[in-house]
Amino acid sequence: MTAQPITSPRPAADGAGEALLSVRDLTVTFGRGRKAFRAVDGVDFDVYPGQTVGLVGESGCGKSVTSLAIMGLLPGRGNTVGGRVTFAGEDLLSMPADQLRDRRGRDVAMIFQDPLSSLNPVVPLGVQVAEVIERHKGRNRSDAQQEAAAMLKKVGIPDPDRRLKEYPHQLSGGMRQRALIAMALACEPRLLIADEPTTALDVTIQAQILALLKELVSESGTALIMITHDLGVVAGLCDEVNVLYAGRIVERAQRHDLFATPRHPYTGGLLASIPRLHEERGRRLTPVPGSVSDNIPWEQGCAFAPRCANAVDVCRQQTPTLVPDRDAVGDDRLLRCHNPLTANPVDDTPTVEEDAR
Amino acid sequence: MSTPDPTPGSGPAAGPGETGAGTATAEHDVLLDVRGLKVHFPIKKGLVFDRTVGHVYAVDGMDLQIRRGETYGLVGESGCGKSTFGRAILRLEDLTEGQVLFDGTDLASLKGEELRRQRRHMQMVFQDPLGSLDPRQTVEQLLLEGMRAHGMTKDRDAHERLTDLLREVGLPRTALSKYPHEFSGGQRQRVGIARALSVDPQLIVADEPVSALDVSVQAQVINLLADLQAELGLTYLLIAHDLAVVRHISDRVGVMYLGALVEEADADDLYEAPLHPYTRALLSAVPVPDPTVEDTREQILLVGDLPSPANPPSGCRFHTRCPWRQETRCDTERPALRTVEIDGVAGSHRVACHWAEQIASGELQPHAVTVSGVTDPTLTTHDDDSALGAKDTAYPTTDGG
Repeated sequence: MTAQPITSPRPAADGAGEALLSVRDLTVTFGRGRKAFRAVDGVDFDVYPGQTVGLVGESGCGKSVTSLAIMGLLPGRGNTVGGRVTFAGEDLLSMPADQLRDRRGRDVAMIFQDPLSSLNPVVPLGVQVAEVIERHKGRNRSDAQQEAAAMLKKVGIPDPDRRLKEYPHQLSGGMRQRALIAMALACEPRLLIADEPTTALDVTIQAQILALLKELVSESGTALIMITHDLGVVAGLCDEVNVLYAGRIVERAQRHDLFATPRHPYTGGLLASIPRLHEERGRRLTPVPGSVSDNIPWEQGCAFAPRCANAVDVCRQQTPTLVPDRDAVGDDRLLRCHNPLTANPVDDTPTVEEDAR
Repeated sequence: MSTPDPTPGSGPAAGPGETGAGTATAEHDVLLDVRGLKVHFPIKKGLVFDRTVGHVYAVDGMDLQIRRGETYGLVGESGCGKSTFGRAILRLEDLTEGQVLFDGTDLASLKGEELRRQRRHMQMVFQDPLGSLDPRQTVEQLLLEGMRAHGMTKDRDAHERLTDLLREVGLPRTALSKYPHEFSGGQRQRVGIARALSVDPQLIVADEPVSALDVSVQAQVINLLADLQAELGLTYLLIAHDLAVVRHISDRVGVMYLGALVEEADADDLYEAPLHPYTRALLSAVPVPDPTVEDTREQILLVGDLPSPANPPSGCRFHTRCPWRQETRCDTERPALRTVEIDGVAGSHRVACHWAEQIASGELQPHAVTVSGVTDPTLTTHDDDSALGAKDTAYPTTDGG
């Protein structure tokens, strides 16, 4: 926190000094003129090597668009991307397409939500995994196939040699997701973006995939951006959590701080609305009232104000800014709220009862 | 349950004898009594003449009772047959074998008009509210269609009832003239619930009612379901994969694995003292939105995927992935759902595991599972490969917390 602006609150001692990826004022607008819709609205965050950053929010909050914009995967027409995305000193947004292609898959890789639709259904798995290796490592086909088999084995796919000849539909959902992870990791990327990697999977398979991702991060020092709506996944995996609402970050905190003392009413609302395994039954859930369609534009105030129980007059008049949260216990927290929560809405914070099991 | 059926596969042959057992459960006022239900789908092959080359054993010997006014939660992974079961008890699938006694009537024997009339008492709420509502009908038409089919538009002021319905599910009156696409996901699910309620049913089968919704909206629908039950005295069969949601609103919970129940208990008992290895693994796999718990808890990671329901493992269906698997019995003898005598475990707690007592007492310890013999859903044969079980891979078998 030396000369850095307030948008990079992470103490330098923790990371390897320089941020691997730094996103500044990222803005994505779909459409033009009066119909324009700003899906991502000035998002800033940094990712350090070996760090796991979570982007959390409900559908429509702009979390997936953020990841696509970083990767330069948004369609060429119909949208405007603004801001800066710096990866290892280079600006990804202004990079020519051919150079960007060299980075994608090699330095920055992505895991998508739906493994079936992100794999080519008419190409055997082996060709798809080997393709990445051929393209970026310059191997020939047979060497690449061997490396692909090793990758599949690494991510826990049994009998990889036979799997390489199979087509995506022949694999189960968990296997497909593993294959996708193998493709993403084939060139040992420095940054991995996982967009809801476990949403389509069953809990037991989800646990397998999360354990795999956790191990990858701790072993290879890969930085991970985890995009999810599941606060449970965040609680177990992420170091730093960014909560997004209507295209803007509304709260940022370290994992433990966020769950112990949520400050933004939206974060609190999310936490209070999920049923938990470790609490008395029959607690009435306190949902966030209304839906995203009730939002007001950020220009007129706080987009969350119409749904917020804590809303005061100023919320509808003045746009809150993302500022360090001085009242909070955590040392590096950012908050965008005029009237933050003072107490955890989930009073009976679950204690560590799991050991008894 | 006071009538633990010793054989999960007992068919309708045992029918007359079991009517006596059925009255024994009457003290709980059983609304739905399912006995030895099997739903098998044939796998056909052949160009001109279809040959049946095998069966998918989607539901393979389900016994369960749902009492009037309770919420029964059915959990399991995708492919375990829970949705097929939900559809089968409404006779939306053909039953291969078994009985479904609804309020004393065997639905399996009903046909045509009788069945249609019976359907008024049991309704379904589907997972995908947009897909299950006709996009070209307004909410009013959607709601009236079912009521008209059951002659409910004649005897009373139907429009008054429509307004009541909408009020009950928390939609404005103006919603009547709108089309499904004009609503948000949560509102659509409310329409779906209103549609189910329109014919005044006793039982509602809710198949993943909230899994397509955002977290904050999920809670709204969960609360709505709870309110409606309190108000109208409904009985729910809630089918879901989210264990936290199921625990939250269910009175009793059944855990399904490959077509049959492996464990059934009151919600609190099940979550506090899971007996079956699969239930333990399932519970430990649920991510908890609390970092302190996440950091310290012990996770039982299962290896591999759900075996194919077309070629289920012999003996205990779970033995291929079970960390507590024993040399004897597990792979040869199919365990029945039974009550166990363990201190602190309620009498209503039933489990289908040969070794439940030993596992609960800690006498048996979990061990590493090699992947051999695990068939994944798309393959019937599998070469031996220990990639998953090998310690040097990036894939731990058990994570010792």
